[in-house]
Amino acid sequence: MSLTSTTRHRRGLPAAAAAAALLAATASACSNPNASSSGSSSGAQTITVAVTANPLMTTIENLTASGFEAGHPNIKVKFVTYDENTERADVEKDVAAHGGQYDVVMIGPNDIASWASNGWIDSLDSEVAADTSYDVGDLLPPIKDALSSKGHLYALPFYGESSFIMYNKKIFAADGLTMPAAPTWAQIEQLAAKADDTSKNVAGICLRGLTGWGDNLASLDTVINTMGGAWFDKNWNAELTSPATEAAVNFYVNLVKKYGEPGAGNDSFNQCLNIFEQGQAAMWYDATVGASTVDASGSPIAGDVGFAPAPVDKTKSSGWLWTWALALESSSKHQSAAEQFMNWATSKQYIAYDASKNGWAAVPPGTRTSTYQNPEYQKAAGAFANLTLQEIDSVNINQPGVAPQPVPGVQYVGIPEFEDFGQQVSAQITAAIDGQESVSQALTTSQQIAQQAVINAGYKS
Amino acid sequence: MKTPLTLAERRTPLSVKLGLGLLTWFIVLVFFFPVLWMALTGFKSETAANTPTPKFVFSPTLYEYQSVWYGTAGTAGLRGYLEHSIAISAGSTVIVIALALPAAYALAIRPIRKWRDVLFFFISTKMLPIVGAIIPLFIIARDLNILDTQRLLILLYTAMNLPIAVWMLRSFLLEVPLSVIEAAQVDGARLPRQLRSVVIPLIMPGLAAAALLCFIFSWNEFFLAVNLTTTNGATVPIYLVGFVAPEGEFLAHLSAAATVACLPVLIAGWAAQDKLVRGLSMGAVK
Repeated sequence: MSLTSTTRHRRGLPAAAAAAALLAATASACSNPNASSSGSSSGAQTITVAVTANPLMTTIENLTASGFEAGHPNIKVKFVTYDENTERADVEKDVAAHGGQYDVVMIGPNDIASWASNGWIDSLDSEVAADTSYDVGDLLPPIKDALSSKGHLYALPFYGESSFIMYNKKIFAADGLTMPAAPTWAQIEQLAAKADDTSKNVAGICLRGLTGWGDNLASLDTVINTMGGAWFDKNWNAELTSPATEAAVNFYVNLVKKYGEPGAGNDSFNQCLNIFEQGQAAMWYDATVGASTVDASGSPIAGDVGFAPAPVDKTKSSGWLWTWALALESSSKHQSAAEQFMNWATSKQYIAYDASKNGWAAVPPGTRTSTYQNPEYQKAAGAFANLTLQEIDSVNINQPGVAPQPVPGVQYVGIPEFEDFGQQVSAQITAAIDGQESVSQALTTSQQIAQQAVINAGYKS
Repeated sequence: MKTPLTLAERRTPLSVKLGLGLLTWFIVLVFFFPVLWMALTGFKSETAANTPTPKFVFSPTLYEYQSVWYGTAGTAGLRGYLEHSIAISAGSTVIVIALALPAAYALAIRPIRKWRDVLFFFISTKMLPIVGAIIPLFIIARDLNILDTQRLLILLYTAMNLPIAVWMLRSFLLEVPLSVIEAAQVDGARLPRQLRSVVIPLIMPGLAAAALLCFIFSWNEFFLAVNLTTTNGATVPIYLVGFVAPEGEFLAHLSAAATVACLPVLIAGWAAQDKLVRGLSMGAVK
């Protein structure tokens, strides 16, 4: 028998059958995760907690076995850690599709209103009221408000932050400079001009320029707010080309270009942290949480860092407000266990436990009044503790700027669509900082993007 | 006795050869440097790794590599993720080869009717951007109760790599002379024996190349893994993104983790090096 190119045969069938059997065998050889995740046979429950990567979350992951699981032998906690953008996308997909992969999710205040109205996360009012030791009244009011929708609390804060100025006291002393007790942006510009010294590789100020609505827009939006600008007016008309907004963006971009760090378009919190720690910037305007790193014992400039409130212009205060908080997924199959973990992770007891293991300077800041009343915390973080509290307390999330705005939000617009159009606008700002286009061009494009986004989403007809 | 010089060697002056050699080394170093830098950064402390100006002189520490391997108190190390990745990548590769070989045989040695359409159909499955299918996949997996399982990723990676393997193996099988198979038939060998004793040994380099490529694609896949798994099926790429912190230092730890994550693929590639070179060039020349 000879083979021809057109000969058809069916001898491949046994091979296909063998491959299918192999597939089935391999599939069944893999463990059944549902059995291990629920652990129902032994009566134990495993809860899965999605968190963003940051040092404070690493600490709680380390402390959960001894601090929580030891006291709750029937509950096992599994952490899933992602970078911020991945966590947001993955968690949103899971809650929206009722995937039930997570029991507890870490979210920010910008998600609260829409997620609550969609029924993706559960109100925690009755749960925290039932636990008398939780002391919900101890939570800092602006943080609690940011995590509430229509008067109901939807997430428990793990840590909170505002923004302020950090400055290198040695550089200031060498240049004969003095930081005002409550600086304005005009004064900061003057100080930056005097401190800026390219021959010594010292920038006047380090500011965020990296694309990202949580990166350069976080800093820039506080400048826009205090200089009388806004994203939208009360009727969702975009305000990005208004004279006040344009003046604020011009101020920020010029400040970075003239006295900021080289290559600012690539810099956000981590890059500025390193530049400031190495003594290569005289000032740094960023999250209050940065203070606990630059002034900690391992920092090259520990003890030489001064702190001042977020600079202002037309408003009395202008710090931002952010908190990473734990919310309960409505599709969670282990609600009681999840609630017990959330209460522990955001409690006074956890803060004290963390302090006993890692020292008071390292505890999650910005969530509870009792933390700031604690003499040991005051002793450990005295240089910046009260200023952090003052900055958080001074934030008005409903109207951080001069004019009323359509939805709450300080350094973001509190609608789900902001993550998308905010990202696009932030890219325009980076282009302006990098000199690829003018501020005017960047804002004209941004105005169109923002306006179209709210029209498409139905906020404005 | 001296080996006689080839014509090309006689014509190339020493200075040119030296120059070309140096240029080659330079290019190799440029390409290799990021990998070397990654491995070196894993030996630094976080403070030393996160300097605005790169530091070439530093006190090496094994801390980050150890914490990657063993984990820190209460947190998992890379080992669990490595086990998942190996099981998923190897499992899907075995199934892909088992399915692709008969399919490629039917498209090359004994072409079925409309084999061109079949080939196009295979490759057309790669035309849909996977992001467009992720929500339906998520919901189907949720309803079948196989979210966050290794078998789900094995199934998807098999589907993902099968068209590539079929195309690759077909081009290798086309190189097998029909007369060799006919000779085996004359000797009384039936199809399974022909495959086992004649065809597979002849295309072994190609088979190795296709398998390694499928293994690498599965190993590096991130999008499906991040969307469909959390802990029980999570692979190495998922472990890597857990350190990218917006407010914290992570470069040294990430570099150590990425270096360890590269090793299995590097070892597999090195082990199959000679077969790979032959295999990857096999289908290229006709």
